Amino acid sequence: MSRHPAAALVVAGAAVLAAAAPALRAQDGPGGTSSVEISDEGEQVYQQICQSCHMADARGGAGAGTGIPALADNPRMADKDYIIKLMATGRGGMPWFTDVLTPEQIAAVLTHVRTEFNDFPEPVTAQEVARLAGSASAEQ
Amino acid sequence: MSPSDYVPTRRELLSMIGKIGGGLAMYQAMTVLGHAAETQFTGPPALTGARPGASVLVLGGGLAGMLAAYELGKAGYRVQLLEYQDRPGGRCYTVRGGDKIVEVGGATQNVAFSAGNYLNPGPWRIPHHHRTLLHYAKAFGVELEPFIQNNTNTFVHRGNAFGGKPQRYKELAVDFKGHISELLSKSLNSGALDSQVTAEDKEMLLVAMREWGVLDENMAYVSSIGTSAQRGYDTPPGGGLVGAPSASTINGLSDVLSSNIWTQLNFHFNNVMQTTMFQPKGGMDMIARGFFSQVEPMMRMNTRVSRIAQSDSGVTANWTDTVTGETGETQADWCVCTIPPTILSQLDVQVSDATKAAISAVPMNGQVKIGLEMRSRFWEENYAIYGGHSFTDQAISLISYPNFDYFKDGPAVLLGAFANGAGAFQLTGMTPEQRIEIALEQGSIFHPEEYRREFVSGASVAWSRMPWIQGCTSRWTEESRAGHYQNLVQMDGRIVLAGEHATYYGGWMEGSLLSSINAIEQLHSRALAA
Repeated sequence: MSRHPAAALVVAGAAVLAAAAPALRAQDGPGGTSSVEISDEGEQVYQQICQSCHMADARGGAGAGTGIPALADNPRMADKDYIIKLMATGRGGMPWFTDVLTPEQIAAVLTHVRTEFNDFPEPVTAQEVARLAGSASAEQ
Repeated sequence: MSPSDYVPTRRELLSMIGKIGGGLAMYQAMTVLGHAAETQFTGPPALTGARPGASVLVLGGGLAGMLAAYELGKAGYRVQLLEYQDRPGGRCYTVRGGDKIVEVGGATQNVAFSAGNYLNPGPWRIPHHHRTLLHYAKAFGVELEPFIQNNTNTFVHRGNAFGGKPQRYKELAVDFKGHISELLSKSLNSGALDSQVTAEDKEMLLVAMREWGVLDENMAYVSSIGTSAQRGYDTPPGGGLVGAPSASTINGLSDVLSSNIWTQLNFHFNNVMQTTMFQPKGGMDMIARGFFSQVEPMMRMNTRVSRIAQSDSGVTANWTDTVTGETGETQADWCVCTIPPTILSQLDVQVSDATKAAISAVPMNGQVKIGLEMRSRFWEENYAIYGGHSFTDQAISLISYPNFDYFKDGPAVLLGAFANGAGAFQLTGMTPEQRIEIALEQGSIFHPEEYRREFVSGASVAWSRMPWIQGCTSRWTEESRAGHYQNLVQMDGRIVLAGEHATYYGGWMEGSLLSSINAIEQLHSRALAA
């Protein structure tokens, strides 16, 4: 299933209404609607979303603070609950992704990160994501 | 009831003031009474009487930090300001030829724009009601010019509307208005709304729909010279033998709906998007330079703060000079910290657990802007577009045309992308070269003949990859507001946080400035009470 912004309403419930109505947001923005789609395939989701910060090699990068964490060879990727919750709630500089990605897409990209950049072969399933990331946050 | 007990209603009071003092007095009274208020700004902070020798450390030299340094300095504090970058202004930033953009991961762009051309990667337009910003711009002699926010001659593009062919904004807007008016008038005439409107209002509504929608005598929206007078003609009016105009053909309702034109119409209704809007002549960083001209002696550049500690007696920041490698610590009685939450959440900061939790609860959006320098102003010469935006549902979101140097020969920079959301993630993940290629490919939809032919050079700023901030605008939710906002903005011991994130006015310079004013007012009253 390719992701259309309107689909967020179906998946995440009424909490995402604000995000679907950009005209109501006070922040500066381009205006209009977007038809940008995100792949359902784990590697593609990584390239289209995650590598914007974690970089193509998943090694993160240096910045004014301690920098952007590496996902590659990262023992924390072993804990499925931890990484699912991180995708659902964000922390620090990392936002939540439940209003951008479906549970299927989150599962696919987490599986990709665990297997391609780490050595945790057990896949993350959409059911696990849906269960742990049930309460999505709404963007203001 | 005696006369002295009589309390007039607000309406009676305003009416009396209007009769006695005239319109201006009534407007001022309305503002005081809570009507017509358009800003929380009531003038620059009146801080006086700082204790002799009292000192403040300001962290971060963006607008919030520089305002704090400027106003606290005026109030009598000894102020030191530490800034990570080699320039002041933070997100109030302008990219010009000769500049270098270095990203997380090391990708480097050497900007090649011609002299006088620029890209404003962050803030680029100033609403007329952002009184705080306008106050300081005037105070520092920053010259402002109109920012063309609403240009009805630009294009609107959606991939699944009109076979992917961009349409002129004015044609879609007029057609939308016409079709809606026709439908409402049909609904009224069928009696469907009789239980909801009075007979008198129904009559007025029908007049309104006929006039506003430019409907014909049958209350139909049709191709005509009348509708063409709004949406444009097939043959425009001329003179002499060939003077008569001919009508253009209106679009059908389904096509108009598929364009989602209401999203652009509504965009322009936003309080922060309404005309008049402004931009500084020469680039947005003229605002930053204005503040910098006041605070330069207090400011230390290239200074990377790693630790912020506080005790009963003061605040200490540990830092490293990013050029010389020198390390040091700076102490003061108080601290205004404007380091953005993306970075601050990575530092060792001695604040309460509640403040720490708040700092970690505010991620940022990673918008992308791309500037494209073109050899000629073909959008003016060939399309009669002078400023404003052409909208698309592709990742670039829009292209925006320069608001100065109209009719000139020679190269000009247009904004080739203002991406957010999924489009911004995708563009950010690319190399700078790939971003330019995508911007050219997607922007060509509007100007297929000229876009690649006239292209000279480009530059992109992907905010998530700016090492000094790793984001662009703060993200709050109702939940995080309820749980953390007050903890974030409440002074914590001797440290008060300020900046774009510490405001309900995120994504605007006005918010940063209002946040800073509130922070230094808190600090000043705490310092006087200590």
